[in-house]
Amino acid sequence: MLKTFPKGGIHPPENKLTSTKGIKKMPVPKMVYVPISQHIGIPAEIIVNVKDNVEIGQVIAKSGGFVSSNVHSPVAGVVTKLDKVIDTSGYKKQCIVIRTDAKNESNFEDISYSLKKDITMAPKDILQRINDYGIVGLGGATFPSHVKLSLKEGTVLDHLIINGVECEPYLTADHRLMIEKAEEILVGIKILMFALHVDKAIIGIENNKKDAIDIFKKLTKNENGIKVAALQVKYPQGGEKQLVRALLNREVPKNGLPLDVGVIVHNVGTIYAIYQAIQHNKPLTERVVTVTGKQLKNASNYWVKIGTPISDLINEVGGLPEGTRKIVNGGPMMGKAIKNLDVPVTKGTSGILVISEDEASRGEPKNCIRCGECIYVCPMGLEPHLLMNLSEKGMYEKASSEDIMTCIECGSCSYVCPSNRPLLDYIRFGKNIVKKLNSAKN
Amino acid sequence: MTDSIIYSVLLLTSLGIMAAIILYVVSKKFYVYENPLIAEIEDILPAANCGGCGSPGCKAFAEKLVNSEDISVLFCPVGGNAVMKLVSEVLGKEVLEKDPTVAVLRCQGACDVRPKTTEYQGPKSCVISSLIYSGETDCQYGCLGDGDCVAVCKFDAMYMDEATGLPVIISDKCTSCGACVEACPRDIIEMRPKNKRDLKIFVGCLNEDKAGIAKRACEVACIGCSKCLDVCPKDAISIENNLAYIDPAICTLCRKCVEVCPTHSIIETNFPPKKDKKVEPKVEVLVESEKIKTDA
Repeated sequence: MLKTFPKGGIHPPENKLTSTKGIKKMPVPKMVYVPISQHIGIPAEIIVNVKDNVEIGQVIAKSGGFVSSNVHSPVAGVVTKLDKVIDTSGYKKQCIVIRTDAKNESNFEDISYSLKKDITMAPKDILQRINDYGIVGLGGATFPSHVKLSLKEGTVLDHLIINGVECEPYLTADHRLMIEKAEEILVGIKILMFALHVDKAIIGIENNKKDAIDIFKKLTKNENGIKVAALQVKYPQGGEKQLVRALLNREVPKNGLPLDVGVIVHNVGTIYAIYQAIQHNKPLTERVVTVTGKQLKNASNYWVKIGTPISDLINEVGGLPEGTRKIVNGGPMMGKAIKNLDVPVTKGTSGILVISEDEASRGEPKNCIRCGECIYVCPMGLEPHLLMNLSEKGMYEKASSEDIMTCIECGSCSYVCPSNRPLLDYIRFGKNIVKKLNSAKN
Repeated sequence: MTDSIIYSVLLLTSLGIMAAIILYVVSKKFYVYENPLIAEIEDILPAANCGGCGSPGCKAFAEKLVNSEDISVLFCPVGGNAVMKLVSEVLGKEVLEKDPTVAVLRCQGACDVRPKTTEYQGPKSCVISSLIYSGETDCQYGCLGDGDCVAVCKFDAMYMDEATGLPVIISDKCTSCGACVEACPRDIIEMRPKNKRDLKIFVGCLNEDKAGIAKRACEVACIGCSKCLDVCPKDAISIENNLAYIDPAICTLCRKCVEVCPTHSIIETNFPPKKDKKVEPKVEVLVESEKIKTDA
């Protein structure tokens, strides 16, 4: 019996259409639109001016505080505008617009892409570089990595968990990365283990990625302390709390972090970015994006420069198919529909999903029939139907005491609801109000 | 037969007497003194329980009025100066006198001038759709049209206009309680002074985008061209972030800005038609008063 988390969860159709497609390099776009807020926390501060020449990997916006991250130029070129451009949030946000020039080479990049195994940096320098090089959680939450890695004194840490679960349907970015860059990821894991003084690491991969499991099993045969664990296919196993429960049978306390039970979780994409930052001196300026959809002819995985407009990606896969109704930034479960194709790829863009007319509609909401299906699937053990009602009726105190803030917004409840009730919409709204009320209290 | 009637009458009477004695004793024993002024003030207040004063209801507000030393910061927007004057007479405390205000909608982005570029299928609520994205049109400042303001209005002073997709405020019914201002996630509704004939001039737009972007998103958007600024004889207009604002405290309602606005984003309400045009009967103007806002 494969490991998994015990409470709730669903198994939507996997639709991993691009799992056999190798990661192609996306041509460098003519213009890039780099948002200054690509991470959770304080937006970065712009430190370039219009008409400045920038190099690849040059810092163009400086971290605005502890929970913040540097933003680097993904291309070499000229800053043409500091303008507001629409992003995934659906609102116009401050962006740095750069026109790329022809040369696009940089001394920042270590061009020899050969595998570098020896770790030459001191642990302190490694953590500093992760901070400087703008590395954030690439699984989608974009939480600045250095915050996760700065341990308070006295913290007990015994396991590093590598999240290769990729439980979202359609997405294959992490899957392909694990196949193509397995050795590099392994070095990345060793770098983190060295920097954090941890001697045990577990790579958690769902069982629908057998090839990746095999590769890592082979590679880690002679490694001490690094294990690979195959997991049962279940959404939302990629959630930190679910993954820790599945792999180590430890319950992360509510409103707590995996660190409270001695674990740090990192996505494979983040590990690869850390490898590149430490061994190849390369800041985070590109990532793997799955461009997929049932109607797309050339759905595939791409290395994409941060700031590339999504329209460029769509053109690369052969344009929008007829009858497209919705384009989602991210996976179908937790991704967000975008408003137009000018939205740029950011550090958190794991996939672009093109959905056709018949799949896009949400259906008319009907009355709750008290079937309890939402309670059954909630991985956090909440009562979504109750939380929705409380949020709708404005009973935020009660919602707060029913642990609305522990909701991880996985959307399983909305997915299974036979009455098409907008459960997650209302819960998210309630969370927003409760958060405001709590911060007003403090 | 007669026995049973007598018994039951006796039993019920004695029960009644016993209950009366218990109630009397309890009411004496557990009597809570309440300032009689509170009840008196509560009678004066409009009993709308709208929360416009900041208290959870009229009773709570009455308690606050009676118990506070200084009530010059407290005001009942529904009752207005008349009610506050009565309160002041009863309590003998100084009260604040405020100019009456009325809610106005600072968006004219009806369906025909502000084209929809996306379709929203989530819950019909402005606060929720504004959490998800900037709305169905390309204007991220304007009305979302899901009617949160109409839902909170306790005075039937608002309704959604099907044709324009915008809420309409009926000035005569509006008590300026401020519930709609609170409910709107975009801060589109503003309280502006209500003079005798309810004449108002204000900029019906909140779009801070640059001229071209704003105009593309909405035909009647303020483009920050500053033409109104130039004609205003009193410096009542200021432009910030490509958006004009008319200060009601300075504005003399001369209507010069309305004429020069190239996008017709400055709204005038309840003014009689201009003299050079055909004079319409006065009654009709009053009936039309609530519609002019959206037609302008």
